[in-house]
Amino acid sequence: MKHEIVEKNLGLMIVLIIVVISGGFLAEVVPLFFQKDLNEPIEGLEPLSALELEGRDIYIREGCHVCHTQQIRPFRAETERYGHYSVAGEFVYDRPFLWGSKRTGPDLARVGGRYSDAWQRQHLYDPRSVVPESNMPAFPWLFEDRVSHNSIEARMRTLQTLGVPYTDEQVASAASDIEGKFEIEALVAYLQQLGTVISDRR
Amino acid sequence: MSTFWSIWISVIVLGTVFGCVWLLWATRKSQTTDTETDRTMGHSFDGIEEYDNPLPKWWFYMFLATCVFALGYLALYPGLGNFKGLLGWTSTNQWEAEVAEADEKFGEIYAQFGDTPVPELAQNEDAMKIGQRLYANNCSVCHGTAARGQVGFPNLTDDDWLWGGEPDDILHSLVKGRQGNMPAKGVMPNMTSQQVDQVVNFVLSYSDRERDAEAAEAGAEVFAQACAACHGADGTGMTAMGAPNLTDNIWLYGSTYEWIRETVEHGRQNEMPAQEGRLTSDQIQILAAYVYSLSN
Repeated sequence: MKHEIVEKNLGLMIVLIIVVISGGFLAEVVPLFFQKDLNEPIEGLEPLSALELEGRDIYIREGCHVCHTQQIRPFRAETERYGHYSVAGEFVYDRPFLWGSKRTGPDLARVGGRYSDAWQRQHLYDPRSVVPESNMPAFPWLFEDRVSHNSIEARMRTLQTLGVPYTDEQVASAASDIEGKFEIEALVAYLQQLGTVISDRR
Repeated sequence: MSTFWSIWISVIVLGTVFGCVWLLWATRKSQTTDTETDRTMGHSFDGIEEYDNPLPKWWFYMFLATCVFALGYLALYPGLGNFKGLLGWTSTNQWEAEVAEADEKFGEIYAQFGDTPVPELAQNEDAMKIGQRLYANNCSVCHGTAARGQVGFPNLTDDDWLWGGEPDDILHSLVKGRQGNMPAKGVMPNMTSQQVDQVVNFVLSYSDRERDAEAAEAGAEVFAQACAACHGADGTGMTAMGAPNLTDNIWLYGSTYEWIRETVEHGRQNEMPAQEGRLTSDQIQILAAYVYSLSN
């Protein structure tokens, strides 16, 4: 084929460019949509409760995922420190996923149960009161503000349409479940369940 | 992975590599000369023209080399659907190999320490070096880098123990964790505000802190009813329930009137998370010895 033909036919060039740049996507991404072990939840995985979901939204709002990852890579150095490496089936209900990409703070994929609730609260109120070397910001307003329970139902419905198996009863009772709770309770509830489905930590 | 997707991936990947080779070849063949000349492509935009020169040879061969590299890589590593690659590499077995190597290297040392009784292990300098690092990684976040604790998290360097300081007690705390739970107003939920004031003053009198003597006297009776069940009739606590000794002037929470009042009114809940499953039993043994060594 003459170079000239491609260069002078814009339509043909567009088609050929699309063919070239879609190769990686077609070979590396598209087949993953159809892999069972990547799309199906691991045994025992439950969708986040209303309070935990609220906590997840606070986690996103405060930008926790900007400094903390939620993905333990299969390196010994990481599994020794954090526990079993992350597997795809743990994240099937995560929309959006919160793997993060910047590891300023420690990985949180299995932080659930690692510290007591009291520690989590104190640490979020004033990180340096428990870890003097920490450079994490403090989040004292979480202890004053209540959760925004009014929109929880709509958020759960949205997740339901995306395939998260919430029952209609769960959605119906969500607002009353979390009404009056402080934001800190929601965030701690979310943190304390992270990665707890795989109990074998090593 | 199903055969369909396996073939799908293989076709795209190999098609891309051979497509690149073909593209290199085809463009080179259509070239009229293989040396640099002043000939141009024949078009001119705003006076800018394009030379009709071939790709330099070294560049051409480097491109070809990347295609060869790609084929070699696909032969050795998994990249073509279900084909596992000649090396049989996966990220999981790389991790397993790393762990196995470490187990081989350190396993014996850990096993040897894991079988040593705690008091003896606490005398072993090497074990304590490991213990110090395990402590820094796993415990210091709550108990502090110097193990002196902080509000709500016990000091491990003194000889005062909530749950007992014998080797077996420490091991139990580490393996199974501990759940500390002081109910609000002890076992006397209908305690009046005045009674709270009295019992706080009474507790202050144990360690001879500044207090209202009259209220403290009246508080003795409230204490006997509301607090003695766990903290003991003499206030010296009970390690079976993790109820602190109130007479020794060591305070898990604050020691002022306000702090103690807060504790009495709202109770305290705290937890030492279980380390079982998080650390190996050998590591826990070493940690227990390290904690033991801090106060013995």
